[in-house]
This record gives sequence, C-alpha cells and structure tokens, in this order.
Amino acid sequence: METIQGSEPQMLVQGQPYPVTPLGYPAEMIGAQETYERVSDQITDEPLHHPHQKLWLAGFTVAFLMLIMFGVAVGYLLWRGVGIWGIKIPVAWGFAIVNFVWWIGIGHAGTFISAILLLLLQKWRTTINRFTEAMTLFAVMCAGIFPLLHLGRPWIFYFLLPYPDTMALWPQFRSPLVWDIFAVSTYFTVSLLFWYMGVVPDLATVRDKARTKWKRILYGLGSLGWRGSARHWQHHQSAYLLLGGLATPLVLSVHSVVSFDFSVAQLPGWHSTIFPPYFVAGAIYSGFAMVLNLMIPIRRIYGLQNLITTRTLNNMACVTLATCWMVAYGYIMEAFMAWYSGDVFEQAMMRDRAFGPYGWVFWLLMTVNVIIPQLLWSRWVRTHDIALFFVALSANIGMWLERFVIVVQSLHHDFVPSSWAMYYPTVWDWATLFGSIGLFLTLQFLFIRYIPMISISESRELIAQRKEGRL
Amino acid sequence: MTLEERATLVGFPSEVPTAAEQRTLVGFMAEFEEHEQLLQAARNAFTAGYRRMDGFSPFPIEELAEALGHDYSPVPLITLLGGIAGGLGGYFMEWYSMARLYPINVGGRPHNSWPNFIPVVFELTVLIASLSAFTAMLVLNRLPHLHHPVFNVPQFQRASIDRFFLYIEAADPKFEQKGTWKFLEGLQPLSVAEVWDE
Repeated sequence: METIQGSEPQMLVQGQPYPVTPLGYPAEMIGAQETYERVSDQITDEPLHHPHQKLWLAGFTVAFLMLIMFGVAVGYLLWRGVGIWGIKIPVAWGFAIVNFVWWIGIGHAGTFISAILLLLLQKWRTTINRFTEAMTLFAVMCAGIFPLLHLGRPWIFYFLLPYPDTMALWPQFRSPLVWDIFAVSTYFTVSLLFWYMGVVPDLATVRDKARTKWKRILYGLGSLGWRGSARHWQHHQSAYLLLGGLATPLVLSVHSVVSFDFSVAQLPGWHSTIFPPYFVAGAIYSGFAMVLNLMIPIRRIYGLQNLITTRTLNNMACVTLATCWMVAYGYIMEAFMAWYSGDVFEQAMMRDRAFGPYGWVFWLLMTVNVIIPQLLWSRWVRTHDIALFFVALSANIGMWLERFVIVVQSLHHDFVPSSWAMYYPTVWDWATLFGSIGLFLTLQFLFIRYIPMISISESRELIAQRKEGRL
Repeated sequence: MTLEERATLVGFPSEVPTAAEQRTLVGFMAEFEEHEQLLQAARNAFTAGYRRMDGFSPFPIEELAEALGHDYSPVPLITLLGGIAGGLGGYFMEWYSMARLYPINVGGRPHNSWPNFIPVVFELTVLIASLSAFTAMLVLNRLPHLHHPVFNVPQFQRASIDRFFLYIEAADPKFEQKGTWKFLEGLQPLSVAEVWDE
C-alpha cells in the first residue's frame, strides 16, 4: 500500500481490504451502496420495527434496575440528608461534585462534534452527531442532578436563580457557583434546541414511513408538520448554523466555568490558571471516550457499519489521542508549576498527591488515562472496534479518577496539618454514582428505541455530495 | 398521461369551484428523482414567470430557495438582536441587583464589578440568541402546522424519503390549469399531480 509516508501494510477490516486516503487513514465516509431510500429505511427501522427487541429489552432492564437504585439512593438522601454520604470537613465536596464534573465533561462531546466540527466542515461527523447530541443531553441531566442533591435541601434549589423573592435577596453574581448555574442551564437549553432542530426533519421521515395510526400521529406531532419545503430548509439551515456558531464558544465556556469553581478558590491543587483549558481538553477527551463506548456496541448490534464507518472510528480515536496529550500536558504542568513556583504548600500538595494516602489513585489515573490510551498510536487499535472500546473505557474510568483526585485529594490536604483528614465514600455514594449511570443508560436506551439515532437528512446530503463527486 | 386523456378519465376540475364543491384546487405538483432536476425545474419555472411556488426535498438544497426567488432568511438578524438583548439585559440584571437593590461589599470590590459579571452576560447572550434563532425558525416556517394540502398528494409521502417536488400554487397570477400542467409536464418529471384542499 503506497501512501505519502511510504509503503504501509494493506488495511483490513473484518478480513476485507479497506480503501485508505493518501495519508494512510481509512477513507470511506459512507457505504458505497447507500441510496436515499436505503438510509431512510435502515435508520427508521429501529423506531418503527424494533429489531433486536430481546437484546434491547435485556439492556434496558439492567439500566432500569440501576435507575431504581438511583431512586432509592436519592429518596434516602432526601429523607436523611447528605450525612449518608462520606462527606465531612475538610472534604465537603465528595462524590457528588466528582460525578457532576465527570458527567458534564462527558456532555461536551456532543456539542463539540455537532457544532465545532460542523463549522470546520468535518463531514465524518454527520452520522454520529445526532447520537452524541442525545448523549450530551442525558449526561448534562445526570450532571445537573448532583449539585442540587449536594445542596442539602434540594427542594429550595430555586434560591439559586435570580427571581423576585419577598426578602429582596439576589444570587451573588460575583461567585463562580452562580456562574455555574447559568453555564449549565444555558448549555442544556442550547443543546436541547440544537438537537431537536436536527431531529424535526427526521421525525417527518418516520411519520411518512409509519404504517400505524398512533405512530403517525405521535411522530407527526413531533415533526411539527414538517414538509421539507425550500423555505423551511432555508430558515432551518440558517438557524442550525447559527446555533452551531453559538454553541461553539459555549462548549469551551461551560467547563471553563466549572473549573472556576475550583481555581477561584485558594486551595493548593485548585488555585491554578491552567484549569480552564485543562478542564476543557479533559471534557472533550472523556466525551469522545463515552461516545466510543456507546457507539461501538450499537454499531455492531444494529449493523450500522455502512453508516458509522471505520473512518469515523479512526477519526474519533485520533481526537481522543490528541486530547489525551492535552490532559497529560496539564498533569505535567501541575507538577512543574508546583516545583517552579517555590510555594511550599503547592509542593506539599503535589508530594501528597503522588505519594500520600491517595497516591495509588493518582498512579492508577496515570496508567488508565495517559499510558493505556497511547495504544491509539496504532492504526490497528484505532480501527478495531473491540480494542477501541476497551481503550475508551479506560479513558472514561481515568477521567472519573482525575476528578476524584482533584476534588478529594486537594481538599483532604490543605494548609494546616490539624485539618487534614481522609475521605471514605459510603455505600450511598457508590449507589448514587452507579444509579446515575443507570439514569443515563435508561434515557439512552429509550432514545435509540424511539428516535432515529442517525441524522437521516444529513446522511442523504452525504449521498448527494457523493453523486456530485464532492465527497 | 396527457391532459386530454386525463380530462376524459376523471373530468376537469371546473375553472372556478362552485360552492357545492367541498374542495378547491390549490396547485399542481411535479415529482423529480434527483435534486439537480428539481433545481433546474425551479429555475425554469422562475424564468417562465411563476412566483408563488415552493420546492420540497428530503434534505436541504443550498441554491433552491434562491432559484425559487425567495428572499434571504431574516433568522440571522433576529438572532443578533436576541443576543444583544440577552447580553444587555443580563448586565442590567447583574448591575441592578448587585449595585442598586442589594449592594454588598465583597473584599472592597466596587459594586459594579464588571469583570465578575462577564460569565453570566456571556451565557445569557448565547441563551437568548439561541432561543431567538429557534423561535424565529418556527415562526417564519409557520410551524407547528400539522396539516397542509400537499399531504393529500399520495406521492408526497416520499418527499421526506427520496423524491423532490416542485409545487406551483393556483394563487400564482400566471397559473392556468392547462398551461401550468403542460409546463410542468414539459420539465420531464416522474409525475404531475393536482393538489386539493379538502
């Protein structure tokens, strides 16, 4: 196989030779046999005819049981209060904040893929954007629950919002915690609008393909009576592109604001200017890893290899590797700045981070988050779905551990030795974490069952571009 | 099928529908297989002088709105205005609450500590701009609009799958039953259909 770099071994996918670009990357954007009708049939098949019903039901049952566990954990929390968690002074931010940051980070991939890659004209994003946007919504829902639960009295969460209350009180707009409310709720709203706007034309396709009355009515309501007229598309495309442009700075701002929650505080390990870019890179890293973890099984089970091609997998893996190095740079700079600053507290924090009681978490984090993802340098790993799945899983666990280290390790070892203490999660902490994964998966299962999970109209655009020879 | 054959089979709809007739003819619709054909047909129809027309496609075709003679979309302007309103409104809310309604001295910072207000201003700019873009899209498209006469045409089911349609409204000043039908057939479509409002 001749490429620009020289001779490379031929690329095989499932034993078959696969076309590659001059740079040696997989080339196929969309299966060669696809027509408008075929993609419409294939993608509407799942919401209309539910193939693989048993597998779906099995997965949904597991997810739903985890969701019930979440309900129990949250119910007990509301009954007893946050004392059921392992939090105490000095570690007052335990799993709730770790999970919040982890989930909101995962929620970054969707908008990154659908907005930033849209503006950069990356066509390979076409077949995964719908799916990742939905994932973003569900991840942000999971994320949003944790700070509310952590409030202690979640039923008066509206105190956080600016509203005309009888005591004429206002939120403190100089506080990053208030910025957070605005950042997360704006992010959720804009992601929802963006996602729904993309779904509307596809719901119209499902409506027109449905053969039973109720499906026609329900999908018809969802599609708002979309007719695909030139005027519809004109306004739709204009608004869609604008939302993409608006969501682009939003992606970069949300996790920056989340990082201000930490970096504005004085604590060693938090008070650092590298936090905003480092958090954003980590967010995109974990988001891409989660997309790979969800997409690879779905792609296999529903046989979507012709739409979500090996090229998509490869490109996703490349972004994951690039953001992995940005995160690794953040780790290196944290250690370097602790040494270079000459600040004794920073240095003590760094020594404790690597060799203190939570040292094993730190080294585990380095292994799963930095060392294992280096496997992505290999084209075989990048294009082999099962290998890629496990690398992505490692990165997901790694990013959770990173947030654990930032939140818990920094807090447990602050300035005064008399205030140092350990944090131990309780069974309720774990139940809430895995329960929130149950909530996420339940929503994800419902989504793939009832809504076209790949953008049909944008897939047709790819086919039209191939016909015109523009792909 | 030519117009004359059709006339013998089903009879022409009368030029002016009588009160007894429950349905009115609202236009003719031609079906195409490829988006380039629709684009060409739209250009021809515009050259032929038709103005009240629309195209339907299962995916956005960039040049189609222009070919049909539609104006630029006002969505960007509305979004810009929404964004400006959101940003100014957000700053006003912060300044009014922090400096006027409930001034608190935080570490000697001025009450109008604008750098601290930027994140919320930014978020509200994006939020209101996005809501404006979405609302503008719905309102300008007259959505939700669950029923429309074009849905009465059986072929139209494929407008959201793999077919492309050109629709000329009966309200167009140049519309006349025989001439427009002939014109549409002259564009070599897969089929031409009458659109009835029932």
